[in-house]
Amino acid sequence: MTRYLLSVHSVAGGPPRPPMSEEEMRRSHQRLAEIEKEMESSGAWVFSGRLHEPDTATVVRESGGEVVTTDGPFAESKEHLGGFYIIEAADLDAALGWASKVTACINVPIEVRPFSAYADEPQV
Amino acid sequence: MVVVVDEAMVGRIFRAEAGRSVAALIRFFGDIDVAEDAVQEAFAIALRRWPGEGLPPNPGGWITTTARMRAIDRLRRRTRERVLLGEVAMLAPGTAGTGADDPARLVADQADDGPGEEDAVPDDRLRLIFTCCHPALSTEAQVALTLRLLGGLSTAQVAQSFLVAEPTMAQRLVRAKRKIKAARIPYRVPAGHELPARLPPVLAVVYLIYNAGLTEPPGAAEPRLCAEAIRLARVLAALMPDEPEVAGLLALLLLTESRRAARIAPDGSLVPLADQDRSRWDRDMIDEGQAIVRRCLRRDRPGPYQIQAAVNAVHADAGAFDRTDWSQIVALYDHLFAATPTPVVALNRAIAIGEVRGPAAALALVDELDLGHYYAFHAARADLLRRLGRDGEAAAAYRRAAAMAPTAAERDFLGAGGRSRRSPEPSGNGS
Repeated sequence: MTRYLLSVHSVAGGPPRPPMSEEEMRRSHQRLAEIEKEMESSGAWVFSGRLHEPDTATVVRESGGEVVTTDGPFAESKEHLGGFYIIEAADLDAALGWASKVTACINVPIEVRPFSAYADEPQV
Repeated sequence: MVVVVDEAMVGRIFRAEAGRSVAALIRFFGDIDVAEDAVQEAFAIALRRWPGEGLPPNPGGWITTTARMRAIDRLRRRTRERVLLGEVAMLAPGTAGTGADDPARLVADQADDGPGEEDAVPDDRLRLIFTCCHPALSTEAQVALTLRLLGGLSTAQVAQSFLVAEPTMAQRLVRAKRKIKAARIPYRVPAGHELPARLPPVLAVVYLIYNAGLTEPPGAAEPRLCAEAIRLARVLAALMPDEPEVAGLLALLLLTESRRAARIAPDGSLVPLADQDRSRWDRDMIDEGQAIVRRCLRRDRPGPYQIQAAVNAVHADAGAFDRTDWSQIVALYDHLFAATPTPVVALNRAIAIGEVRGPAAALALVDELDLGHYYAFHAARADLLRRLGRDGEAAAAYRRAAAMAPTAAERDFLGAGGRSRRSPEPSGNGS
């Protein structure tokens, strides 16, 4: 099994989408909950989370022997991480399968990336 | 009869067999680099031995067996404590039962390998091409990997064929292989329900290799990408006999290739379809291609490659350009445009319509297309304008086409104002 990070990207100021009605929103949330339940019961789900807006972020970095703290996200960009899943899958096709289900539901791009692991490290 | 085994012959055999050996070894070791290195090593041994000792009874089986032995030796040498052999077993889940963790047994296994060893797993190459053409890889990476791993081309040869510097190509291959390993792109033939999504990139890569061969820079004498593409299409058609588009692709390549000798004049210039000496078309390739097209028609599950093959089959049927059944070609392009409504298909359809309803009707259709960046668009306009007697506009269109043409032969042809009454065959159909 390989562990993958599915990062859910949000694009600020992207092409406007027709706003969802309350009913559509409710259905979408329900569908996502079903997918997440399926992930869990199949043993694929490891961890997941949704993040606050990037303006709630704080960056610390080492600079000249000092740790400097700055307000705001690390990269000023239109795209930012909105949430993520960490899953276990047999291969990339299986991981892409989960990502496809999620993106079909929430309609934002998802990046699928493998965790690196050493051969002598047990990949749970 | 004494067969003289020289380096060129060993090279030819190697290119024909390398893909099968690499594919078998990847399944066995679960690692592309291990497989490639071992097959290269086996080739080096063949180059040393075969010219003196003669060919083994089954050269392909010999390469696979020798490569496998070498890989095991090397893995053993590298890791006395068998750490890596343990890793090999883990990387290749499908081989757990073959005793990949027991080198002694592997060596014993290969000792009784008969000549038919590689026939026991006929679809390794199919697995490999689906891995090479996985949609998670860029088209460039797909093409490079396919030529390198299945075609047995060296990195230098792949680079030369695509006018890319060798280090750039090497880096592209390394990156693609690293991704396959890290992201665990599977090594398997997709299930039936996945094929509609997974087969098109495979066919597109083979078609792209063929078209790259049509515009291959002169001097890249060997190996020919066109021949390699046809070889790959044959392998696919044999391994997937129930996929009509695979058969369609093979037929399309054969029928296009049948005109090779007639397409280029002795001085290297291009001969358009209208002016080709049809007695120089390769009848065997035409017969084979047309037989496949007929089988496709009976099966009646049409697709873009089959339709393009059918267009070429109609050309092959005509003893002379003016006896071409253009109304049938127009009908085929109507189908093709319905299936793949691209501007390039619309351009080819318009050119065919011009042969039925005249150049004015065709020009009206051509002028609606947004293809100003495509040399064949200007070449088609130039030809139609000339036939309408609008010589000034025709000359300007020829100049534009010549400036954009991808090969020197096409540039010369268009620069000379077409010379013929028809435009040259555009390379590729853009679909």
